[in-house]
Amino acid sequence: MAARNVLQATDIQRALTRIAHEILESNRGAAGLVVLGIPTRGVILAQRIADIIAEIEPGVHVPVGALDVTMYRDDLSQTPSRVTTPTRIPGGIEDSTVVLVDDVLYSGRTVRAALDALTDAGRPRAVRLAVLVDRGHRELPIRADFVGKNLPTSHAERINVRLVETDGDDLVQIAGD
Amino acid sequence: MQHLLSAADLDKESAISLLDLAEDMAETADRPHKKLPALRGRTIVNLFFEDSTRTRISFESAEKRLSADVINFSAKGSSVSKGESLKDSAQTLAAMGVDAVVIRHGSSGAPHLLAHRGWIHVPIVNAGDGTHEHPTQALLDAFTLRRRIHKNHSRGKDLAGVRVAIVGDVVHSRVARSNAWLLTTLGAEVTFVAPPTLLPASADSFPVAMVTNLDEILRQRLDAIMMLRIQKERIQGAYFPNEREYTRVWGLTADRFGALNENTFVMHPGPMNRGLEICSQAADSPSSTILEQVANGVFVRMAVLFSVLTGNEEL
Repeated sequence: MAARNVLQATDIQRALTRIAHEILESNRGAAGLVVLGIPTRGVILAQRIADIIAEIEPGVHVPVGALDVTMYRDDLSQTPSRVTTPTRIPGGIEDSTVVLVDDVLYSGRTVRAALDALTDAGRPRAVRLAVLVDRGHRELPIRADFVGKNLPTSHAERINVRLVETDGDDLVQIAGD
Repeated sequence: MQHLLSAADLDKESAISLLDLAEDMAETADRPHKKLPALRGRTIVNLFFEDSTRTRISFESAEKRLSADVINFSAKGSSVSKGESLKDSAQTLAAMGVDAVVIRHGSSGAPHLLAHRGWIHVPIVNAGDGTHEHPTQALLDAFTLRRRIHKNHSRGKDLAGVRVAIVGDVVHSRVARSNAWLLTTLGAEVTFVAPPTLLPASADSFPVAMVTNLDEILRQRLDAIMMLRIQKERIQGAYFPNEREYTRVWGLTADRFGALNENTFVMHPGPMNRGLEICSQAADSPSSTILEQVANGVFVRMAVLFSVLTGNEEL
């Protein structure tokens, strides 16, 4: 199985920096922002984006958290579920602008589950979506507001996102069938 | 995990995963909206052949928190009182297309029959069978202990080195049996304390120590003391001279509780016979975990139902 590197560590860093700027631009600053990652790698990316925002706008603290969507998936009865992880929403989401962060956007079903999970956590003013990679093949009317890299793929291919915190290095690969 | 029939079936890793999942379930209880959609469209039957208020209500809350449809079946006033067999009850439920069965039965082994005889092919959860096992009670006891000891850092932890005394009517107690297996699996040291007539016949059949002198155990370091209910409905014949004698020798009286280390947790599976096996001072003290056990029961049962119904492979 051949794997092709598509994003190196510096590419990932640049993409996240651009996303952080775009978030601040569209939100006109950091007021009311809450950045929530979808486990596992979305949580890490959310933390990095929040750290970059803190560098861009010194003195601003953006709450970062994790939103577990396992209980809200629509395939619980068909495929064995994954292990759940804690949901952490510091300060709540009431009337805030939530930026959901995930590593790869594919069918859109994870994001749909995340929107349901958010509904149970409160009523945000707006919800945005940031992803490192958009690989296409949406099965639901969902799109990302902030995209690190658009990667057209075939269904047979796999996208591997590796991050220092979980995998030892920063790398995005496409693995063939 | 396909069924939950016995606490003895759980290895350490799967027990810890279940307790961690229960931690996640517990967190949802603080949210504005407590219900999770995970088991939407699934039907769970609570098949109770024996009276139970606490366990049935706990299972029912857990099922409803996970959005399952719940059918309560109690033997009293049902077709069972007209002579229907367990097999026929099971096949009837199978024909109705239920997705899981939670069963409590007066006969030890009834959940095993249901799981393995081929009458019905859905996950079976044991909610107490005869004097055999009550695995979800053991899980909630382990969960409560772990939370008291490790507080917010409970995830992933076991109960290594934790010393627990289980006191009272051990021989009739499925709670004692399930706890003996599960707490030991998690690394705890368990001692059964009871009159000789209420201890299991063979000391080799459980991974625990057995003693008859309560005061001697209380002098040692103890992290938790679990008082069992004297099960008047199961006790036929003379296991001890009379209730006053039992309280004096094996009850957690005000005197014994006063001498107890304040860091020792007082546990009881409920319902309590206040004044018999446990005094009110102990039951209502800050050391008492009794109400936490009730609250945690819902979270643990949510974790179990979620695992058996979504076929979590890691458990």
